[in-house]
Amino acid sequence: MSQANPTRTPARTPIALPGREPLLTARGWAAWCLALVVGCVLVPVLNLALPADSALHLSDFAVGLVGKIMCYAICALAMDLIWGYTGILSLGHGLFFALGGYAMGMYLMRQIGTDGNYGSTLPDFMVFLDWKTLPWHWALSSSFVATLVLVLLAPGLVALVFGFFAFRSRIKGVYFSIITQAMTFAAMLLFFRNETGFGGNNGFTDFKRILNVPIATPTMRMTLFVMTAATLLLFFLLARAIVASKFGRVLQALRDAESRVMFSGYAPLGYKLFIWTLSAMMCGVAGALYVPQVGIINPSEMSPANSIEIAIWAAVGGRATLIGPILGAFIVNGAKSWLTVAYPDFWLYFLGALFIGVTLFLPDGVVGLIKRRLGGQA
Amino acid sequence: MTPDLLEQGSARIAARQAALAAQAQQTASGGRDAGYGRMKQGQEVDVAHGRILYLEDVNVSFDGFHAIKNLSLDIAPGELRCIIGPNGAGKTTMMDIITGKTRPDSGTVYFGSTIDLLRYKEAEIAQLGIGRKFQKPTVFEHLSVFQNLELALKTDKGVRASLFFRLDSSQADRLAEVLHTIHLADSVQRQAGMLSHGQKQWLEIGMLLMQDPKLLLLDEPVAGMTDEETERTAELFLSLKGKHSLMVVEHDMGFINTISDIVTVLCEGAVLAQGTLAEVQSDERVIEVYLGR
Repeated sequence: MSQANPTRTPARTPIALPGREPLLTARGWAAWCLALVVGCVLVPVLNLALPADSALHLSDFAVGLVGKIMCYAICALAMDLIWGYTGILSLGHGLFFALGGYAMGMYLMRQIGTDGNYGSTLPDFMVFLDWKTLPWHWALSSSFVATLVLVLLAPGLVALVFGFFAFRSRIKGVYFSIITQAMTFAAMLLFFRNETGFGGNNGFTDFKRILNVPIATPTMRMTLFVMTAATLLLFFLLARAIVASKFGRVLQALRDAESRVMFSGYAPLGYKLFIWTLSAMMCGVAGALYVPQVGIINPSEMSPANSIEIAIWAAVGGRATLIGPILGAFIVNGAKSWLTVAYPDFWLYFLGALFIGVTLFLPDGVVGLIKRRLGGQA
Repeated sequence: MTPDLLEQGSARIAARQAALAAQAQQTASGGRDAGYGRMKQGQEVDVAHGRILYLEDVNVSFDGFHAIKNLSLDIAPGELRCIIGPNGAGKTTMMDIITGKTRPDSGTVYFGSTIDLLRYKEAEIAQLGIGRKFQKPTVFEHLSVFQNLELALKTDKGVRASLFFRLDSSQADRLAEVLHTIHLADSVQRQAGMLSHGQKQWLEIGMLLMQDPKLLLLDEPVAGMTDEETERTAELFLSLKGKHSLMVVEHDMGFINTISDIVTVLCEGAVLAQGTLAEVQSDERVIEVYLGR
């Protein structure tokens, strides 16, 4: 029964309540399909089918670079869900990325088999440390399926436990950011140690095969590229579905006025924990796609600076828009790969200046700028 | 069967029922079924004892400052109670205690006669049926008016339910009803952040209505409203009275005069006086601490 019984009941025109938001608009779907075709058909054709001297040929270097940046874009998208939409700034997402990467790296190390420098079934670094058997946490590393599960589970569980205690204690704002930063730093120190069984400061490298197929072939490189592109596009749809649901609006409400959300009857813990853990798992997947493409994973991926960079991509592109962080990852990393070649000494200054500039002049990032230029508020 | 037989049959049944009723009247419990109390209706508030909110001997201090001192207060179902008092009297702190934001050092807080509010968290208390409007209008600025109301709607507020939520037609009707009530029917799609101060106050009140609470706590609901808006708010509150219990904290004496039955004056964390507005306004102690200044 309606309790909102007004005192006066004038003749009313019925209100047109807005309907459910579509997952993507027609134009959105067109762009999405175009991206899918470019990533999964056009790039492979330009790279593999065209001869190297053709003007349209896409170099292996470009493919490698874009593949890497797409992994970063997944991280930026994950960061956007937790920061842009929920208002929780994590400066420890590099840890989740690295955990996914390490899970994949362990599998790739086992795939080397006896082709290592020491010819042992154990990974080289274990022989070097004079270990005779695999440590317990390598037990599942020979199975690809178990690795895929671990890629999701390892970052997911760390995030779930960490998030549960942090959100239950109502740690917010800058305090939360600092703790996440400390978390990834602590994990980095842990992974640097040889006795933890993750290859110390060298990490894992020198991969030979994946699923018993040689890893350093053009076809395999392209397969990984296509998978990364498809994953990014699917995650985009997933993020869009979440954001367009009432759940997504509760997240934004938490960002804008958490106490109002609580007094409206929503317990924030479950909401924050869900999106936080999902975000961490997305980063884990990005890490797992990244490692076979770049051929190395070591603890420096967990360094605080890496996590901060993820936040910068999201901020540059535009928080609380889903396309923004993806653009941001491409803009910043594109600039990085150009500047570190052209002016290697100035990259960090540029990064700092970029962040200050965006904070001061582009609070809504590049996407916000484009929207303002177009004059619409779509 | 013939009509005769039908009549005879019904006469027999009536006689039998009368005999049973007479027999029942002779029992010790006067005809009612024997029982030791009433069934507890889940999480429903039980107001059979004539009180929807009951505070007794509540004490709170913050860093040595005794904000609430032995506060005892109760509110009847359907009552509209106004609370006045000088700044720092503990009005907002009292609301914080009722809604679970602040834990008292001692005392009891009951919602109805069965629900001990001190056992619950903010979100649970809201779901039990206590709605709260803040002193500063608090709406979700980046969401539209429609989305604000939709979020407040009384429904399952778990994570999974929110992920798959769809507004059904009766909920949409209710939302439209509230939109009319709060006079925002032509601003459905506007961003809440773009509304005027008074409209934000109305939107927040609308969000409370969507929650369908049994008890509404309203902290300065007409602050910053125009005279016309204030008048409409008074009308709305009077229409809510009876079906809901309301606790209104206000400084606007004209507004209180319009809506109040009983006014409670708080001072230094305790009840100083209680009665009709005229009564408390003529009370010497009240004049001294508050009105006379």
